[in-house]
Amino acid sequence: MDRSEWPLWEIFIRSQHGLAHKHVGSLHAPDAEMAIKNARDVYTRRNEGVSIWVVPSAAITATAPGAKEPLFEPANSKVYRHPTFFPMPDAVKHI
Amino acid sequence: MYAQMVDTGAKRLRPLEELSPEERAFQERIDADIRIEPKDWMPEAYRQTLIRQISQHAHSEIVGMLPEGNWITRAPTLKRKAILMAKVQDEAGHGLYLYSAAETLGVSRDQLVADLHAGKAKYSSIFNYPTLTWADIGAIGWLVDGAAIMNQIPLCRCSFGPYARAMIRVCKEESFHQRQGFDIMLTLCRGNEAQKAMAQDALNRWWWPSLMMFGPPDADSVHSAQSAQWKIKILSNDELRQRFVDQTVPQADYLGITMPDPVLRWNDERAHYDFGPIDWEELYAVVRGNGPCNRDRMRTRLKAWAEGEWVREAALAYAAKQAARDAKAAKAA
Repeated sequence: MDRSEWPLWEIFIRSQHGLAHKHVGSLHAPDAEMAIKNARDVYTRRNEGVSIWVVPSAAITATAPGAKEPLFEPANSKVYRHPTFFPMPDAVKHI
Repeated sequence: MYAQMVDTGAKRLRPLEELSPEERAFQERIDADIRIEPKDWMPEAYRQTLIRQISQHAHSEIVGMLPEGNWITRAPTLKRKAILMAKVQDEAGHGLYLYSAAETLGVSRDQLVADLHAGKAKYSSIFNYPTLTWADIGAIGWLVDGAAIMNQIPLCRCSFGPYARAMIRVCKEESFHQRQGFDIMLTLCRGNEAQKAMAQDALNRWWWPSLMMFGPPDADSVHSAQSAQWKIKILSNDELRQRFVDQTVPQADYLGITMPDPVLRWNDERAHYDFGPIDWEELYAVVRGNGPCNRDRMRTRLKAWAEGEWVREAALAYAAKQAARDAKAAKAA
């Protein structure tokens, strides 16, 4: 391959229901404008979205798979962060 | 299937105790139904097998646009034409989802495409058959996409995250393809004698190649066993084929057309349809490059790639020029 490949972009779509943008996939495009056009064609053919974000894949910094334990394990022992941790008397309503 | 006879590089299936500690931990994750993600450690053979399988699947989507594209300009009505264009556009999208999934394994899309063009990578045998009449577009949607769904629904649960997620998207859209195909068949079968004969002729030509899509019996195949252990193949070729036959025969009965198989009949004892022997020599000939349309398909792909080269280059040059212009403006400001 003597020419360079079009860069990779990660595509995020906000659905109709007002939720946050959600990662839907990736695609190649020469620039951001074309990435949006391509994302429109590939990822919103069935009214999946009302807004598109495109981000160069190279710009994403991710956690390493090996860091799962130190990062996420501490939350396991803190069950009191969930409302279900606190048993409520049956007689108490609306809480 | 869309990926047929995928080589895993395995000579035999190794039990857990023969695996290295890393391989063993990997296999235990798969056994526990924990998805493997691109940055996770994985055996090189798993990576290479998935690259082969997913890219073959992607190539099938792209080459699969050709037999259907043949009828876009000749669709019988404007409505049918718009629907067929939407379907062919979906196939391009499916190819893209799958190439993206393959790229997470560390291979570039250009490399995958180059492998297809060099004849190193395969695509499904089914797309080497010609679309001679409009009824073939119906038969492809009904049978070929029906067979594809049969294979792809279990793959939504496969062990590799990006592949499973791509399959979920594909399956959602594929259901439209199968229904539009059946709708074409239904319209023809409710038409005049000539139209019904056209539907029967399409079924006659597409039935056996559709059954071949699932690949040869693989109960004894070491590659299938390895793929099953890795959970990148969920059901055997024969299981999928039987499900497809059981599902499709009543649909043909409804249409009032018959499978070109004198042996086909319901078996009460097995609670499945029995069907006649498949001509595997035909499949091997098609896979080796000697199907009715192999050379034509590759010629068309190569031509499209070569003629699109200036577009790919121009878009990059434009992007570079714009970026330089923006940088200059930012400096001046």
